[in-house]
Amino acid sequence: MDLFLQQVLNGLTLGGIYSLVALGLTLVYGILHVPNFAHGAFYMAGAFVSFHLMNAFGFNYWLAMLGSAAVVAVLATLSERLVFHPLRHASGLHPMVAAIGILLFLEASAQAIWGAEFKRMQTPYTGIIDLAGVTAPVQRLLIIAAAFALMVVLQLFLKKTVMGSTIIAMAQNRDGASLVGIDANKVAMLTFAISGALAAVAATLYAPINLVYPAMGNLVITKAFVIIILGGMGSVPGAIVGGLIIGFAESFGAFYLSTDYKDIIAFVLLVVILSIRPQGIFTKAAR
Amino acid sequence: MLKLLSLIEGKVGWSLLLLAGLVFPFVAKNDYQLTVMSTAYIFAIATVGLNLITGYTGQFNLALSGFMAVGAYTVGILTVDHQWPFWWAFALSGVTAAVLGFFVGIVSLRLKGHFFSIFTMCVGYIMFLLIEKWESLTHGPVGIIGIPAPPGVAGIAFDTPRTLYYLVFAFLVVGVWLMHRIVRSLLGRTFMAIRNSEELAESLGINLMRNKVLAFMLSVFYAGVAGGLYAGFVRFLGPDIAAVDHTFDMTMYMLVGGVGTLLGPLLGALSVPWLTQSLQFLQAYRFVVFGPILVLLVIFLPHGIVGTYVGWKARRASKLAVSASTGAVSARAGVPATEGAVHG
Repeated sequence: MDLFLQQVLNGLTLGGIYSLVALGLTLVYGILHVPNFAHGAFYMAGAFVSFHLMNAFGFNYWLAMLGSAAVVAVLATLSERLVFHPLRHASGLHPMVAAIGILLFLEASAQAIWGAEFKRMQTPYTGIIDLAGVTAPVQRLLIIAAAFALMVVLQLFLKKTVMGSTIIAMAQNRDGASLVGIDANKVAMLTFAISGALAAVAATLYAPINLVYPAMGNLVITKAFVIIILGGMGSVPGAIVGGLIIGFAESFGAFYLSTDYKDIIAFVLLVVILSIRPQGIFTKAAR
Repeated sequence: MLKLLSLIEGKVGWSLLLLAGLVFPFVAKNDYQLTVMSTAYIFAIATVGLNLITGYTGQFNLALSGFMAVGAYTVGILTVDHQWPFWWAFALSGVTAAVLGFFVGIVSLRLKGHFFSIFTMCVGYIMFLLIEKWESLTHGPVGIIGIPAPPGVAGIAFDTPRTLYYLVFAFLVVGVWLMHRIVRSLLGRTFMAIRNSEELAESLGINLMRNKVLAFMLSVFYAGVAGGLYAGFVRFLGPDIAAVDHTFDMTMYMLVGGVGTLLGPLLGALSVPWLTQSLQFLQAYRFVVFGPILVLLVIFLPHGIVGTYVGWKARRASKLAVSASTGAVSARAGVPATEGAVHG
């Protein structure tokens, strides 16, 4: 039973991180209808910026997280302005390739600046709490708390504020949103900024129990794509539920099936589900 | 640049390219240059395959390097672990990729547009991770060492860089010629009809699924053969060959030259590696330069070099036609660049 609860804890940790990354991806897809392959590079950049702020400037953990969220938000907004905005009328292939271009550029830049070797990010929260027989590292509990708090904040922002509503309106109907006077450019920039900040926070939360390296975003982003396909592209609740499903599938799969193949589980799940239901599980309409 | 391209167009141009390929070993300064060129040819074969599914049929397949790895590992495993003769194993490399491509195709091609690309990216990851983890079959991260060189055929031994170069070159020539036959045939037109509009193609009575799966299988067959050649040429295999980065590389080749043209991907695949070589000091960081180039290319030159040339020619032809007879506007004027590019 304890081992079972341990896996639940791991699943929640992984699921929280995946959901945060997937949320950024799904918001951008909702607005621009572009699968942003560069999102994983934003995630990686977030980890490196935090790492740098802590090591070179002696920022504390939370300040570094804030700083990195701001930096990556700017980075994401810039890429919207410089790359995706000029391509908004282009055909399907071109924005995808442009996103790949950004991904390759950011990855190579990180490697040029910080080197290819693996780095460990320190955290002030190294303790372990014993919860009814389950050993819970504080960092993991922190990830769960922070990730879910952020999801609630995002949900409130989207539902209760005018600015958030403009994002939803835009995702629902572009022309309709323009008709009621919503500035498409502002919304696109705002969405990219939010998605970048979410990726940076997710990376900074997860990096202390993982490692920091230039290719760290690749697997996470691919899983985030699996998540938003499962949850429905552009759906916010879908991204959260999908993130948790993949998080749990992975933690239980690693424990009960095989640690070696745990990274494949998400993809196999996707292949199986899409073979049976090409439209995803949570979407009603066929695409 | 555009004027230059008009020189290598048509039958004369292709013969010139063929000739250039044939004399290259006598012009090359050293074996290293031959090796670079041969490697470029191998990836050119796979890029020509990628262009069939992406450029002509309109489905951006991100699992291509996975299929290249399937072809390569077919040769590696059969020759090293099962002592098959090289050519027998090689004959299977494209077939294995195509058979696997059939199953991946019937599942993935039910998805459209972005979803297909994302799905194939996941398939590519599965392939990569399987190759890395399935140690009993693929030797895992250690890779396969000691793949035999291709044995001689008809008295020609492939034991020097020069003969190996000609071997790879021969496969490239046959591959491009076959692709030329495919895209000029009814089948090729069918693929392009699907690219231009799936609904329209379907209303013409084209069976979408069957044709898309066929295009997918043909495309990964090219990748598999390229992988088999790679195994025989490099004689060492690691899981990295399946990494999605190679697909990104080949996408870049395709885009530089021109998506959906016959000549474009070939030119891209042959010129970009040389550009990379001249930026050798950047090797690991080459994408600091190539990433932005890719973005700029997509924004400002979306049809690539060859595609832009074809568009330019079509516009010029229409201008000439207009000035010749102001009344009769040439029908060619309206043909979009990628469509007119087929003859290339």
